[in-house]
Amino acid sequence: MKHIVPAPVRKLGPLQIVLLAIPCVAVLVVPFYNRVEPTLFGIPFLYWWLCMWAPLSSVMIALVYKMITATSPE
Amino acid sequence: MNLTATIIFVSLFVFIAVLGFVSSRWRAGDLTQLHEWGLGGRRFGAWITWFLVGGDLYTAYTFIAVPALVFSVGAFGFFAVPYTVLVYPLAFSMLPRLWAVSRRHNFITASDFIRARFDSPSLALVVALTGIIATMPYIALQLIGIQVVIGALGFPSHGWLAELPLSMAFIILAVFTYTSGLRAPAMIAVVKDLLVYVTVIAVVIVVPLKMGGLGPIFAAIPSSKLLLTPPSGNNFGQYSSFVTLALGSALAVMLYPHALTALLSANSADTLRRNWIYLPAYSLMLGFIALLGYFAYAAGLDKLPEFKSYFGAYHAQFAVPGLLLHFFPPWFVGIGFAAIAIGALVPAAIMSIAAANLFTRNIYKEYINPACSDAQESHIAKLTSLLVKFGALLFIVLIPQQYAINLQLLGGILMLQILPAVATGLYTRWFDGKGLLLGWFAGVAWGAWMVSTLSFKGSVYNLHVFGYIIAGYAGFYALLLNLAVATAATALIRSAGFASTADRTLAADYIN
Repeated sequence: MKHIVPAPVRKLGPLQIVLLAIPCVAVLVVPFYNRVEPTLFGIPFLYWWLCMWAPLSSVMIALVYKMITATSPE
Repeated sequence: MNLTATIIFVSLFVFIAVLGFVSSRWRAGDLTQLHEWGLGGRRFGAWITWFLVGGDLYTAYTFIAVPALVFSVGAFGFFAVPYTVLVYPLAFSMLPRLWAVSRRHNFITASDFIRARFDSPSLALVVALTGIIATMPYIALQLIGIQVVIGALGFPSHGWLAELPLSMAFIILAVFTYTSGLRAPAMIAVVKDLLVYVTVIAVVIVVPLKMGGLGPIFAAIPSSKLLLTPPSGNNFGQYSSFVTLALGSALAVMLYPHALTALLSANSADTLRRNWIYLPAYSLMLGFIALLGYFAYAAGLDKLPEFKSYFGAYHAQFAVPGLLLHFFPPWFVGIGFAAIAIGALVPAAIMSIAAANLFTRNIYKEYINPACSDAQESHIAKLTSLLVKFGALLFIVLIPQQYAINLQLLGGILMLQILPAVATGLYTRWFDGKGLLLGWFAGVAWGAWMVSTLSFKGSVYNLHVFGYIIAGYAGFYALLLNLAVATAATALIRSAGFASTADRTLAADYIN
């Protein structure tokens, strides 16, 4: 079996954990997003808010990935 | 019979069947080794892992059931979106550790990990059995997706003529899984996801255009469905059930054997991390798919005379097939239906492989034939995968469909109960195997009891605490009890000096 030597990865620090927690909190604060207005292209707030966090969670994960794999420390 | 749609549907099906057989030669390995057959040699790179995990977690049943739930109950069905948004940040922070330790010790299942980490054969057995029991009805459920589209193509919905195409689809699935192992669903997942993306994007664009925009579609939804029921008085309304379902499902999903199988087949922890950046694309698509429930509702599909018998037979599950039939030409219906049916085969194949891995590694090799060779191990796994699928087929043909749905609900609750062992095990050896086992029993017992009070028809339980009524996901409540019992029992066992500290893994094994 071919052995892949992984690049060193830094541990998640408080900043990284906060970044990953943001989308999680955003989709769980039901009292905040359980409303119709403001609508976007006719879509009630609840629906576009939740869908919006799918791409935004991608962005957060990408940021954290860059931080923990970057060769020079921030 | 819808002839054009059927021809396209069958052609695509034949194409992926051929692909399934050919895939054994792709990056060929020695298929008499379990990690080759059951994990594709742990060689899948970023692209294939993306399709495999996507094909695995977003099943045909999801495409049918999520819009069906939105169609019939409204906003509550949308819990699927926060659920999948939660999965990837959680996975990113925890699961590279599981990948690393599994690679170092050649673990193929979660049970392998528990066996080595906690030195507790009984906890490992419980983890393996939980996985197998939760997976079986899930495989059966995939067949419902195929059944609905076969019915919608104009085949009879009951009797042997209805079961013939279903059985043929499953025999094809069984044979290519047997010969090619995880390589088959990995390759087919690429085709499946392309078909799914094309179908969903087309529906999301075409249907609103034909109905005068998204505004009129949402305007047709009654306000009681459009938002979650807010808390009033001493009742938390739908808020608590929405949050606990999303959170509980997100915590459970990566524990499923088929999810771990896809995870462990990745060639590096870096592949996984990069994957979790892009996997939320599927969550956005799931949001679109959920909206299809409203499209079908606004179009009044269940009121149309030509669909009356279908909604009678399949209920809200006919929402998506109905949308395709109503708004699209037959050739596109064929593509969309093939996407759903192939979307059932991919996860069903991975699930049967995962269940076979569990049985072979953690039951057969552990208890029945400890001296078995690698080739025997792989052979038993192949046979088990056949048996598992045959069982699922019998299940769906002989037993009312509702039972599979109910059992799958119960399976999710069971699955969540191995979280304390697996998740804490990745970080600490503080917990004792016997304590975790007690926690598991407590969680499973209370979880099953809660669901039994709902006659196994749902998983939202009304918890009465200090005069408040908090409706929540039974699996989540059971998990809280499980954690509390495991913690208390471990504290007692440790202070009494009975704790086992044996551990075959080292702290460095988890780092990558």
